[in-house]
Amino acid sequence: MSDPSSFDYYAHRKHDHAHEHGHDDHAPTAKPDEGPPSEHEIVSRAMQELLEQKGLITADEIRRRMEIFEEDFPYRGSRVIARAWTDAAFRRRLLKDGKKACAEAGVNLEATRLIAVENTPDVHNVIVCTLCSCYPRELLGMPPTWYKSDNYRSRVVFEPRAVLKEFGTVLPDHVTVRVHDSNADMRYVVVPMRPKGTENWSEEQLAGILTRDTLVGVTVPQAPE
Amino acid sequence: MTPGKRGQALTKLSSTYNPAPAHRFNVGDPVAIKRSFPPGHRRTPYYIRGKRGVIERICGAFPNPEELAYGFDGEPRKVLYRVRFAQSHVWPGYGGPARDIIEMEIFEHWLEPADRAVEPADPDETG
Repeated sequence: MSDPSSFDYYAHRKHDHAHEHGHDDHAPTAKPDEGPPSEHEIVSRAMQELLEQKGLITADEIRRRMEIFEEDFPYRGSRVIARAWTDAAFRRRLLKDGKKACAEAGVNLEATRLIAVENTPDVHNVIVCTLCSCYPRELLGMPPTWYKSDNYRSRVVFEPRAVLKEFGTVLPDHVTVRVHDSNADMRYVVVPMRPKGTENWSEEQLAGILTRDTLVGVTVPQAPE
Repeated sequence: MTPGKRGQALTKLSSTYNPAPAHRFNVGDPVAIKRSFPPGHRRTPYYIRGKRGVIERICGAFPNPEELAYGFDGEPRKVLYRVRFAQSHVWPGYGGPARDIIEMEIFEHWLEPADRAVEPADPDETG
């Protein structure tokens, strides 16, 4: 890892924890180039070639798009919500019109319409899409596997407290659990409560505890002891 | 239909993303989801058909996904609402507190006026 040109940024981020376990759980589930391409891959490839031939897009633009999908999208939500934690007026604008507020924060949500929902001492929000796996990708990147699982999608709507408990989130009965089924044209992000002990933190520090799961609402951000 | 106290409490949340100049329902109105099971691509989850709730906000007019799914242009657009339901009404035998709620997006043609709502608790009104 001393040679920066060979440094695998993502592998490093993902593995930035104790290394006692084996690596079998990180093995890819399918070898990407094995077997004939699927119908979707063929159609997608043919479409790309046609658009390139017509001069409408370039291969580099597509590569760049895939790159920012992985390198920027997953961190945008944390940045936007950290700002909402430090700027009350921005927070109000975000709750009123998520898309407009994100644009103001330099995040272009493109076709996505965003509803930001606020956790309070009385309300805890959690997001699901029971029909497929609708997710604010331009804000949070690709949805995690559990978000797409039948288990999460079918259970979090009718036993949200039990599912949240499995994520380590236990809510007292006086807190209303507000489930949002992201079933049509809107996408959702949770604005969690800012934990005590973070009063003097910078936006960058705050973004560090605003993990993906806190923005979907299956857990809440914690300030380190 | 006059929006009651509930409607007024909800109005402060509402925002419109696409213009929906002609909409049949207003924030706070009690509505019932049609109990209908047509074939084809529908964005109304099965579990909510036949249930009653209140309009939480008007999202605006959007291309009709039931047409888009089959290669049509989705016109005329349909007004999309967010509807709030009491969990204890949606799931008989719901194990959590009566105040728990679920919300989702429902297109206007799936909604019918309801004479009385199964009123979900308003999470902004602490009791």
